Amino acid sequence: MLSPEIKGAVRLGEVVKSASTVCTVQCYQLEGAPPLGSFVRAGGGPATATADAVYGVVAAISAEPLEPGRPVLARGEAAVSEEEVYRSSPQLARLLTSRFEMLLIGRQAREGFQAALPPVPPRIHTFVYGCTKEEIVGCTERLGFLPLLLDAGSLASAEVVAACLRTAAEVYPDRGQFLLRAGRALAGELSGDLPALNSILRRIIL
Amino acid sequence: MTHGLQRDQNGGLLPGAPVGLVVGGSLTQGVEVRLDGAATVEDIKAGTFLTIQGGRQRYFGVVTDIALGSSDPRMKHTPPQPGEDFLVQVLSGIVAYGAVTVMPSVTLPSVLGDEESPPPAKTIPPHFARAYTAAPRDVELVFGREDENHFWIGNPLDMETKLCLDLDKLVQRSIGIFGKSGTGKTFLTRLLLVGILQRNRASSIIFDMHSEYGWSGQDADRRRVVKGLKQLFPSQVSTFTLDEASSRRRGSPVDEVVGISYGDVEPEDLLTLRETLNLSEVAAGAGFNLERKFGPGKWLREFLARQGQDDVKELAEDVGINQQALLTLHRRLSQLTRYEFFTDQAPKDAAVQIIEHAEKGRHVALEFGRYGNDPTAYVLVSTLLCRRIHKRYIDLKEQAAGGGGREPRPLVLVIEEAHKFLSPAIASQTIFGIIARELRKYNVTLMVIDQRPAAIDSEVMSQLGTLLTCRLDNEKDVEAVLAGTPGARQLRTVLSRLESRQQALLFGDALPMPVVVRTREYGSEGSYAELGRKAGLQPDAHQGETAAQRLEREIKELF
Ligand SMILES: Nc1ncnc2c1ncn2[C@@H]1O[C@H](COP(=O)(O)OP(=O)(O)OP(=O)(O)O)[C@@H](O)[C@H]1O
Ligand SMILES: [Mg+2]
Repeated sequence: MLSPEIKGAVRLGEVVKSASTVCTVQCYQLEGAPPLGSFVRAGGGPATATADAVYGVVAAISAEPLEPGRPVLARGEAAVSEEEVYRSSPQLARLLTSRFEMLLIGRQAREGFQAALPPVPPRIHTFVYGCTKEEIVGCTERLGFLPLLLDAGSLASAEVVAACLRTAAEVYPDRGQFLLRAGRALAGELSGDLPALNSILRRIIL
Repeated sequence: MTHGLQRDQNGGLLPGAPVGLVVGGSLTQGVEVRLDGAATVEDIKAGTFLTIQGGRQRYFGVVTDIALGSSDPRMKHTPPQPGEDFLVQVLSGIVAYGAVTVMPSVTLPSVLGDEESPPPAKTIPPHFARAYTAAPRDVELVFGREDENHFWIGNPLDMETKLCLDLDKLVQRSIGIFGKSGTGKTFLTRLLLVGILQRNRASSIIFDMHSEYGWSGQDADRRRVVKGLKQLFPSQVSTFTLDEASSRRRGSPVDEVVGISYGDVEPEDLLTLRETLNLSEVAAGAGFNLERKFGPGKWLREFLARQGQDDVKELAEDVGINQQALLTLHRRLSQLTRYEFFTDQAPKDAAVQIIEHAEKGRHVALEFGRYGNDPTAYVLVSTLLCRRIHKRYIDLKEQAAGGGGREPRPLVLVIEEAHKFLSPAIASQTIFGIIARELRKYNVTLMVIDQRPAAIDSEVMSQLGTLLTCRLDNEKDVEAVLAGTPGARQLRTVLSRLESRQQALLFGDALPMPVVVRTREYGSEGSYAELGRKAGLQPDAHQGETAAQRLEREIKELF
């Protein structure tokens, strides 16, 4: 078992840097970063989201040395395969880490998902979980999160937005219908910036 | 997209379907409705009715323009590529959208049953008010439901609803029926006359140039003969003819054969003929000199009796008219002697006969037979009969005003090729110009039918109460018809896009707002059955009786 998994929600890591619109999450495992554009939750338990939980979309995944002052050196010259590099240096997993940016798209309120930023950013060390299907539906049913996502500026690249919508579409019985609905909501947001809109739309159907 | 609920089996929008939101506009230019996903530009035509639900009132209007808009001007340069269906679907209605301009014409009462026609819209709906396709009920609220006073004239575009004219208002002022050749003027006129007949609102005298109203007419397209008014309303229509042989040949029963005496022609009739006969002003005015010389009632006969140039020249000297002018007049008028209906002394006075029939509440169709192809005969006969009928009406009206007799029954005079009577050069002097201008003072109005409205005097045009116009191509004609009408610019678009037949733009007194209709079908057995029926009114036998006659009959029936 790579990570503690209880009833669907996978704990991925912790918030290590927190701000109103975006948090940096450090993963427990070097290879433990969720895919670009997937949905994550910070706060709440593994099975349930509590009132202070926030939801976000994964962007800007990186893997880097734990200590910025110790750059990673190439080690594989003598190795036969990349796997062998890791096998012969088991300490690597502790010296390296993955991080990603969690673009906040909403929070848990009493009535359910609310597409609004939390009043205060999540605490450092808040646990971060991958979202269940139900949670993804909760976040995306009304598409109100799109403006928040788009507000994240350069972090919310066309690729991230498209990947996020593709991910969400998978949990709906009629994938095409969801994408059309989402596309039209997106078009409403970006009606004055056609190049940006087209760039996302073209990636959605890739 | 998933808007199947709002469509019929042909894919058309159902009545009452939402189409979009008000996003701008003005009272003069109309409001702009941005179509949303449910409706596309192809669902809506110029002339379609929409209702708009404002904050406090509901508006009823007509689509006058349709446009494609975009929220981003760059869309033109980077449109979706072929095959990018997803992009097309997403962008349509949002980044690339349709917009229609709606002229809100009237506000709808919130409850049914108001007899009053809905008031004209004096303001416009606010931003984001929702627009819907009009439902049949809305059309009825605006134009009235078919009843004693509302005659079904046609159907609004793409709707089954009956669109009705207010007959009382229709006959109160003169009526104009325009359109290019073959667009359906005659059929439309026949329908209007049926309406007036059915509801017995007025008498009419039809100067039936091509013999198509009285007994039977032609449907050239379907190559069939259609029934005339007398076949539908035998007891209410009298047919007169100038050409008995032609009427007999066509199997058209004739009530009276009309003869005209030379003495009936008056000098002023020549003024009306000025353009038809291509006469100079001097020549057209010579009648007055001739009358002075030979005396009323005799001058024309005497003039035409002159043979040879020298004779006429001598006469010219005598009456003080330019020789050339009088020679021309003589030459042009000589054709009158070839008209068989022209006699020294007609056995009966046609004008008197016509008036008698009209006063009995009957409608008179005067068939011209072969003379229908001769503009001179048509203009001359119509003019001199109308002059006398009009005079009679003035007398009757004045008697009534003085307490000596009843008001004359409203009378509608129907003329084809109206510009021949009402061109700007002559309209001020001719009887038709006078009737058109004096409005309804003497209970006489005109129904003018013409292909070239631009050739009709603009003042006369401005006096028309209700206009029914089929397609017109010529700019000037379109302008002439719409001159002075609110929203003319928008109506122009509508008018030039009418189908080439059986569609008409109607506006004026008899309607609360301009409307395009597909003219009610005329000519099938089914149509006759409906048209001949008097819409639940009094049976035919009693139609056409005066109020006094009815009173008398009812008293008899009572005791
Ligand atoms: N209401 C109608 N019902 C059935 N057919 C119609 C109707 N209106 C027009 N039409 C068709 O259009 C044709 C032309 O109509 P109509 O004879 O009335 O044209 P018009 O404008 O009077 O032409 P013109 O200028 O030559 O006199 C008719 O022969 C008929 O086939
Ligand atoms: Mg005709």
